[in-house]
Amino acid sequence: MKSILSLFQSIAANPNAHIREAKKKTGKKVVGYFCSYAPDELIHAAGAIPYRIFGTKDDIRLADSHLQSYCCALVRGGLEEALAGRLDFMEGTLFPHTCDSIQRLSDIWRLNTDFKFHIDAVMPVKLNTKSARDYMIDVLSDVKIRLESGLGVTIGKKEIVNSIKDFNRIRTALRTLYEIRSTTPGIFPPSAIHDIMVSGMVMDRGEFADRVEALVEKASATAVDNAGKPGKRIMISGGICSHPDIYGLLAESGGDVVFDDLCTGFRYADGNISTDADPIEAIADRYMARAVCPAKHLSNTARAEGLVDAAKKHHIDGVIFLLLKFCDPHAFDYPYLKQALDDAKIPSLLFEVEDRMPPEGQLRTRFETFTDML
Amino acid sequence: MTDEKKASDPRKIKSVRRMKEIMTNYYIGAKTARENGKKVAWITSGGPVEPLIAMDVIPVYPENHGAMIGATKMGVDLCEKAEEMGYSRDLCSYARADIACATINGGPIGGLPEPDFLVCCNNICGTVLKWYEVVARYYNVPLFILDTPFVHGKFTDAAKKYVIQQINEYIEFLENVCGKKADPDRMDEVGRLSVEAQRLWQKVLDAAAHKPAPISAFDAFFHLALIVTLRGTQETVDYYKGLSTEMEERIANNIAMVKNEKYRLLWDNLPVWYRTRWLSEKFASHDACLVADTYTSAWSGVLHLIDEDNFLESMAVAYSSVYINISLDMMIDTLKKMIKKYDADGLVMHSNRSCKPYSLGQYDLSRMVAKQIGIPTLIIEADMVDERSFSESQIETRIDAFMETLKA
Repeated sequence: MKSILSLFQSIAANPNAHIREAKKKTGKKVVGYFCSYAPDELIHAAGAIPYRIFGTKDDIRLADSHLQSYCCALVRGGLEEALAGRLDFMEGTLFPHTCDSIQRLSDIWRLNTDFKFHIDAVMPVKLNTKSARDYMIDVLSDVKIRLESGLGVTIGKKEIVNSIKDFNRIRTALRTLYEIRSTTPGIFPPSAIHDIMVSGMVMDRGEFADRVEALVEKASATAVDNAGKPGKRIMISGGICSHPDIYGLLAESGGDVVFDDLCTGFRYADGNISTDADPIEAIADRYMARAVCPAKHLSNTARAEGLVDAAKKHHIDGVIFLLLKFCDPHAFDYPYLKQALDDAKIPSLLFEVEDRMPPEGQLRTRFETFTDML
Repeated sequence: MTDEKKASDPRKIKSVRRMKEIMTNYYIGAKTARENGKKVAWITSGGPVEPLIAMDVIPVYPENHGAMIGATKMGVDLCEKAEEMGYSRDLCSYARADIACATINGGPIGGLPEPDFLVCCNNICGTVLKWYEVVARYYNVPLFILDTPFVHGKFTDAAKKYVIQQINEYIEFLENVCGKKADPDRMDEVGRLSVEAQRLWQKVLDAAAHKPAPISAFDAFFHLALIVTLRGTQETVDYYKGLSTEMEERIANNIAMVKNEKYRLLWDNLPVWYRTRWLSEKFASHDACLVADTYTSAWSGVLHLIDEDNFLESMAVAYSSVYINISLDMMIDTLKKMIKKYDADGLVMHSNRSCKPYSLGQYDLSRMVAKQIGIPTLIIEADMVDERSFSESQIETRIDAFMETLKA
């Protein structure tokens, strides 16, 4: 188990280095994308590697002349990576609509970079009507056509079905890992799930499916001795998490993250794609049903219901809202989600992050205060 | 603002008084809707109000309310109240001010009348979706969302089909919440009035192409209220006819909004509501007039896409293509046309913390304008309602420096 986990850890620590290597090894093309509503299933079906862009670990300099300071670190950091030439392994980029900032980033990206192709997948914002579903299917069909021309391939039904099968293997395995972590906290190192998720969004999906299934097998067979001192059961809710250090800090402060509601977490793993229906329609149907992002509309209360249900199911002691500064959709949802948790008597903590983490000492104090209170 | 100029001042626009009358009556009508057995719908500024008018529903605009809160300088208190409720200071100040206002019936008119239902069109931003979800939960009323896909270069056939389907869903929704059938003849009539009002509004704005400009962007910000809230009514058509005639008279009598107009500037983004007068006077002190803006023309800029004989469907397509719902390379085309039409010497961009879809991309647009047209841009970092984001001394210095380069 250790060797697989350390592989994921090294990939998550430096996805750019991994993809360069993988590209050389497999000869596959790489397509970058933002957000979990980008249909990476179609990129995989095209024989390319879908590569999720997470922002930057370096200072933001070049992006400053394109984006104001009140734009989030994911958008500014992503642009910085592109402008600095650190994404030069990509053939093209796939932009789902997501939010106001990503929508403008798409324009700025297209006008200031020279990747071979640029696809805007303006997905519907509503996910609860038939016309929105029809429109989503049209958008996905268009993405397929544009990927074909961008990558110079034909994507047949068979390829999409095979891709879907890989993704179902991946998501089934990921959800099993989530279950294992929830029932046996401490079985993995604190940031392992984070590393696995990041790896799963940048690795060749076929290879990742094999690796993650192997990990499930090993983990299922590993008994964990956590009789010592189990920590408080923590759930994290928010968008992306680019600071895996917080998992370790939380563990040292007496809190085990046992579940999450993150875009780079469970929301990506949620739901399999039907293999009985037309494959593109089936991809759309998963999007319509999976745990929803606040930039989309499923109902006025879907997110609070999902959050409280998950917290109860996983016997959560406390929820940490890990919000990226300047992320409007999440910030708008925070007061009502907090209220829903208050009503269910589940304590929560708001933790806002920018591109850099606050000093470790300060973080530790906040986490310790929170876990002590639980 | 110019409406506060002395009555004897020939530069004062006379129609202002009529506008205030209409808006006062409109808000009284909205506040007493319940007693008069009328329904109230809250709707976003870019949303299709025409079906509401045709169904005899009173439309209410939280954004117009936000602008009033800003103009009366009540924004900071309300924004702080929203922050106490847990809303981040980084969120849209219209939304913050309005969400807080509802809980205390505060603000300049003691709060908006409660909605019977909500209509949210995301052609202006994703923020309104989240804002209207908050309102829908607060008042526990139905919410209709008109989802207008963002236009990256081309409005696709799929998007067109999607918005047209939604217009039909919108009418069905209205029939349900109003408990009566829509009247197609009435709808046609409202559609015609809406188109006529948009034409007249554009004519008013076009008057500023004359040198010296008889009207400035700061006046347009004020006279905009009706085309946003009540287009589709005869009253609005009559008002803009009057305003348009007044513009013709001003041109005939060579009345300039800015005495000694020497420099003509184009404004981008929403107004800084609590400083319109200060900004207007500041620029005027440099003999500069903000002759036009990208904001107020949003309500007539897509007129060419509307087909009066197929109003509802063509309206859906047109409203999806408003200035703020199109990509930067499409925006630059509009900007270039406006710079040419109004013969602008410079561009003033309000980088508005509250409005990401309007503001992100301005740096690129300003470079394109410099490169393709050769005129300079001043970028003012501020916020439309939250005065805490306005640094007067810094902005004054920047305006002075910008005007010096223009004069050089």
